[in-house]
Amino acid sequence: MDRAPLRLFLLALLLAAAAFPLVGEKFYLQFATKVMIMALFAMSLDLLVGYAGLVSLGHALPFGVAAYALMLMTPEYQPAGIGLSLAASIAVAALASLAVGLLVLRTSGIYFIMVTLAFGQMAYYYVHDSRHLGGSDGKYIYVRPALELAGWKPFDLENPAHFYYVVLALMVLVYASIRVLLASPFGRVIVALRENEHRLRMLGFATFRYKLVCFVLAGMLAGLAGWLAAAHDGLVNPEMLSWHQSGQLLMMVILGGMGTPGGPILGAVALKALELVFQGWTKHWQLLLGGFIVASVLFMPRGLSQVFAWKSRCAPRD
Amino acid sequence: MEIALRTEGLKRMFGGLAAVDGVALECRVGRVHAVIGPNGAGKTTLINLLSGDLAPSAGRIEILGRDVSGLAAHRIARLGVGRSYQRTNIFMSFSAFENCRLAAQSRLSSSMRFLRPALSYREVNQAAERALELCGLQSKKDATAAALSHGERRQLEVAMTLATAPRVLLLDEPLAGMGAEEAERMVELLRKLGAAHAMLLVEHDMDAVFAIAATLTVMVDGRVLASGTPAEIRANAQVQEAYLGAADG
Repeated sequence: MDRAPLRLFLLALLLAAAAFPLVGEKFYLQFATKVMIMALFAMSLDLLVGYAGLVSLGHALPFGVAAYALMLMTPEYQPAGIGLSLAASIAVAALASLAVGLLVLRTSGIYFIMVTLAFGQMAYYYVHDSRHLGGSDGKYIYVRPALELAGWKPFDLENPAHFYYVVLALMVLVYASIRVLLASPFGRVIVALRENEHRLRMLGFATFRYKLVCFVLAGMLAGLAGWLAAAHDGLVNPEMLSWHQSGQLLMMVILGGMGTPGGPILGAVALKALELVFQGWTKHWQLLLGGFIVASVLFMPRGLSQVFAWKSRCAPRD
Repeated sequence: MEIALRTEGLKRMFGGLAAVDGVALECRVGRVHAVIGPNGAGKTTLINLLSGDLAPSAGRIEILGRDVSGLAAHRIARLGVGRSYQRTNIFMSFSAFENCRLAAQSRLSSSMRFLRPALSYREVNQAAERALELCGLQSKKDATAAALSHGERRQLEVAMTLATAPRVLLLDEPLAGMGAEEAERMVELLRKLGAAHAMLLVEHDMDAVFAIAATLTVMVDGRVLASGTPAEIRANAQVQEAYLGAADG
């Protein structure tokens, strides 16, 4: 498929994003930062759903445990170190994904959806009912993590513009890494998994291992997003782990276009922006948002990124 | 000549039914071994047992000097066993080249490689190109598998198997559904491959079987009815009655 129009659009979006802090108000800057964190999170899920064909409804789990890891590592009135807390958050997300993956990847299809959902809810209720983790209210992170290299501070996350640029840079980095990954021998195996796992096994690939590595990688990226979300909002709560979170994320991926590198970004931007717009119109904004999603799935089954592939639709297919 | 594949007392039960029942056979490099028999005789089940798609209920399978009974399918494949399927089993949305490239990629020591582009592995690309050429598909290299004709998909199926550089070939009805011309080309290819590989061939096309095979095994109801050279099988009265006679009408 010819994706040139989509790429151009994404490039324009990137330039606009880079210039945004020069003009944007603080509220919109923080909103945009949140959207990009969700976009990063959605890209990690697309690796599973769009490429490996593993529809997970429990992707909030690595996101949430990484967020809680940052909360636990942050002293009461001092910043946590970025290097250590980020590494710890991602490591915890990786371990959680490994443990869950070893079990859930033995199932497939609808069972996989249900089992990932079940593990996600187990984590949700554990956190919800643990007083030392803040229970149903969650806990505040009063001071954002800081980075200091021999007295030099390259950026300050307390500054919304700095935080914005850090997230923008990470989002671009993750996007590029996923592209490199998909072109690698590992990536080719992952894409083939969705298509025909049985044949892959008969060619000599130990498919379980590839699925597990993919599941853990996606979990680590979700962990990165969880760390960013906790640092940005200065707050963790059980909702970060709930199935609402996983479901909304899945909607972003589907809305943007599964299995397209830019799709999840598009989906996250569209869903969050519409949410903001509809909230301004009416208190029944969820009805409008739901209607929009149903309509887009009906009329654009391959997602918003389909709009940018209009050229290939005019060309004869197969 | 080297025995590449040997089974003893091979058995597979489905509930109370023995789909394969005490099959013993041998397959040597350079001597094509064809398995024939009426529908439901257990031929595909036999191949599924040999490739590891199914685990045997009893008996022993030795491939390239190793006991592989109960070994996982991907491990058997990595030993150098390539199989093709009766019902086309390929990656439909991939190009013909990518289908073969992926097959060839399976021979890298590991595909847990995350950085270098897959297309930059020259030996893998070459193996894929060679396999496509052998099967006469080089002109269709960039077509998606879904866009290929039925016969071409069958060829691709065999090309993928070849791209894994197998020493033992298990082919399940490679000629099924092919046009006369395509079938002729495939028979030529099988004859060529048979000289350098150990090949076990399940096929309904009797002309092709008698043209290619050095050894024939006739299966009926999961059991071996007779085994021998094509001439011996042709002369076997039991076989005449059970199968060949019926097929000739």
